[in-house]
Formats: sequence, structure tokens, C-alpha cells
Amino acid sequence: MSDFEPKIMTFLCNWCSYAGADLAGVSRIQYPPNTRVIRVPCSGRVDPLFILKCLQDGYDGVLVSGCHPGDCHYISGNYVARRKFAVLKKALEFMGMEPDRVQFSWVSAGEGEKFSQVISKVTETVKALGPAKKLVKRIGR
Amino acid sequence: MSELTEKIKKIFTDEKLDILIGYEKGSLPLRGTPCFIESAEDADKLIFDSTCHNNLAKYLTDQKKTEVDARKIGIVVKGCDARAVVQLVVEKQFERENIVIIGVPCKGVIDPSKLRAKLRDKEISDFRFDGNKIIVSGENFQETFDKNELLSDGCLSCKYPNAPQYDYFIGDPAEPIASKDEYADIDEFEKKPPDERWEYFEKEYGKCIRCYACRNACPMCYCEQCFVDCSMPQWIGKGGNLSDKMIFHIVRAMHLAGRCVDCGACAAACPLNIDVRLLGKRIEREVAERFDFTAGMDFETPPALATFREDDKQEFIM
Repeated sequence: MSDFEPKIMTFLCNWCSYAGADLAGVSRIQYPPNTRVIRVPCSGRVDPLFILKCLQDGYDGVLVSGCHPGDCHYISGNYVARRKFAVLKKALEFMGMEPDRVQFSWVSAGEGEKFSQVISKVTETVKALGPAKKLVKRIGR
Repeated sequence: MSELTEKIKKIFTDEKLDILIGYEKGSLPLRGTPCFIESAEDADKLIFDSTCHNNLAKYLTDQKKTEVDARKIGIVVKGCDARAVVQLVVEKQFERENIVIIGVPCKGVIDPSKLRAKLRDKEISDFRFDGNKIIVSGENFQETFDKNELLSDGCLSCKYPNAPQYDYFIGDPAEPIASKDEYADIDEFEKKPPDERWEYFEKEYGKCIRCYACRNACPMCYCEQCFVDCSMPQWIGKGGNLSDKMIFHIVRAMHLAGRCVDCGACAAACPLNIDVRLLGKRIEREVAERFDFTAGMDFETPPALATFREDDKQEFIM
């Protein structure tokens, strides 16, 4: 599977991570082109259903990125999200899903370099896992 | 007249209840049925024993949608039902003052599907309890079962057989059954390789016919519109596709994270005997260990996933 290029869905919060991605762009920092970005108001906006939906629709990995703890534009959105994601990740792992397909990170607006590192790392891990098979919707099943 | 009916009559009059939700003898043997008492005299038909498996807290949220009045409601609760009532109060589904919680000691409830599996085609017409035994009989047969064999899975490891919060308590508090470790099944399951675990869930959830009985029986599922019923946007397909079934069950479990009281209503309602409890129990454990929270124990603590601590563990964040 050396020529496998994963598709990764990335949910970026408007105030930090999206701006971080923007900074990576204007600073011309290189990172793998495997991600598709959805901008959300806050990492707390991301419902576990969104993540599962991405996996169902054939994405090989999902990354959710928000502001660092304490920096949330809405004060506590990322704290609540952190609890939610902790439980979701454990639940999926328990069920037998590869835990590395669903990733979470904190990237601030000033961390263009970190954004590129996060994307590289997620792409690498998902690439190593191979194409997603579990939860993918197939006709006639 | 039993102690239960006598005391409830008094409570009914003293508290000026408009309605009381309890159990009466069902039309089928070994099946207690929920009933609604509207006057103190009516209370004679009330019972409580191991046949009363329904979680009555469900009726409190059902009522809210249709009734705008502030009736005073009494409710007879086992430990798990009481926790559901408390959790619903914490979630501001109704006013605490309008509810009179009447605790009863629970010695575990019978899972009808376990009995069915044991009897196969035989139909029972009568039963009686004899200590820890249940003697069932029907046309040309009589069989004796150990009560523990027939109890719901949740009851076998139940830690809270008595209501943690109540206004009245009738009878002597029951001892927890705790015949097995609460998380024994989970530990056992986690030893299996991931693919085998996934296969198990595919097999179990694959049986689902999307009747949503688990959702409808659950006291904590009270959304005005459930995500599976949405059509704008339609989050998941409504048919029998395996992936849709899996997502329904995962999201249902996620919605109950930190709220589930493990009453077993979902499992009892499932017509296909899907193991809906396993994932919920794992999530319950994660919430208990990570956030030190047990649902429905008191009226003050907010639900685990509706609050946070700044120093919550975040080892999973890259």
C-alpha cells in the first residue's frame, strides 16, 4: 500500500486552528495535501456524529483541532469538547476501530509550523493504517 | 393490604398527589405492568416485586411533552429508576417540587428474554417466589429456577438497589446483589483482538431492525426530535445498511455517556436481544474513571459531559 494516499477530514476551529492553517499557508510551509478542511466555530461544535459520518462516507481519518485549553474564544468550548472526544475515542477503541483514525490536537493561530507538523503526522499514521474498512458504508450490506 | 399500598395511600393523601406511577400485576405471568393511580382508593392494586422491570422514569418525560400543567406526580422507584429521576431533575426536565419520589427496595428484576430462552416453546400460566427460587408452571409442566439465573444482566452487578435520593422509602433497604464484578464482561471482552471485537459489534448491531424500541424505552432519551428522525439534514440512512445501524448505536451510546443509569430498559425492550449494554457499560466506566462521575446520585453535580475541569486528562491529544 505504498502508493495509498489517505483522505483525511479536518475540522478546524475558526479562531485558532483555522488561523493556524492560514498562517502555514501564507508562510509557505509545506504539508501533505491529503486533508479536506471544514471550518467550524469551535471544536465544541464538533458532534461525535460528524466524525462517524466522515468515516462512513469513506474518509480514512478524521482530525479535530481547536484552541489550546484556556484560549477558547467561547471560554469553555474546547474543555467540553475534550471530555466528549475522550469518551468517543475510548468507545471506538473498545469496539475495535483503529484508535489512530480519529485524532485531536490543539493548534493556535500562531502555530503555522505546528499545524504542518500535525497534518504530516496524522497523514503518516493513517497512511500506515491503510484504507479504512470499518464503518464505511457499502451498498447492499 | 400490604405495607406498600397502605403507605402509598397515606402519601397520596398527605402529599395531595394528582397522579401516582407504580406497578400492578400484569396480564401475563411474571410481567409487572406500569399503572397510573388517580385516587388513594385505587392504590390497592399496586405491587412491587421482581417482575416489575420497567423503568417508570420514562413516563415523566413523556408527560412533559403533552401536559403543560404542573401536576404533582408520585413515582415508585427502584434504585436505577430513582437515579434516572434524579438525572432528569439535574437536566432540568421537570421541577423537583412536582415529583414525589417513593423508593422501594429492589432485589433485582427478571429479564423476560432469559426466561423465554429457558422455556423455549412452553408457555407459563402461573408462578410463585420461594426465597431465591422461582417456581413456574403451565400446562403439564412445572419448573424451578434459581432467581439469579433469570435476573437482568445489570441487576447481577447492581450497586444501587435502593434509591440514593427519595422523599419516602417503603420497606427495609435491600442488599446489593453484586454476584459478579461490574466490569468483568468488559475486561473479558477487551482481551480479544480488535478485529474480533469489531466483528462482534457488527454481528450484534447488524441484527438491528431500527425499531428504536431501545430509544423509546430509555428514560434519558427525551429529545423532541431524535437525530435518526431528522430529514433536514438526514444524518444517517433509515434503511438496513450495516454502517447506518452501527452509527445509530454508537451515537445513541454517546448521547447517554455520563447519563446512563444502567437500568437495562433498552436491553429488555429490544426484540432481537441485541447486546446494547456492553458499549454503554464501557462508556460508563470511562466516565467514572476519567471524570469520577456516577449518573443520578445527587441533585447538584452536573452531568459529566456538560461540565469540565481545567486539568482533565488529555493524553489522547497529539
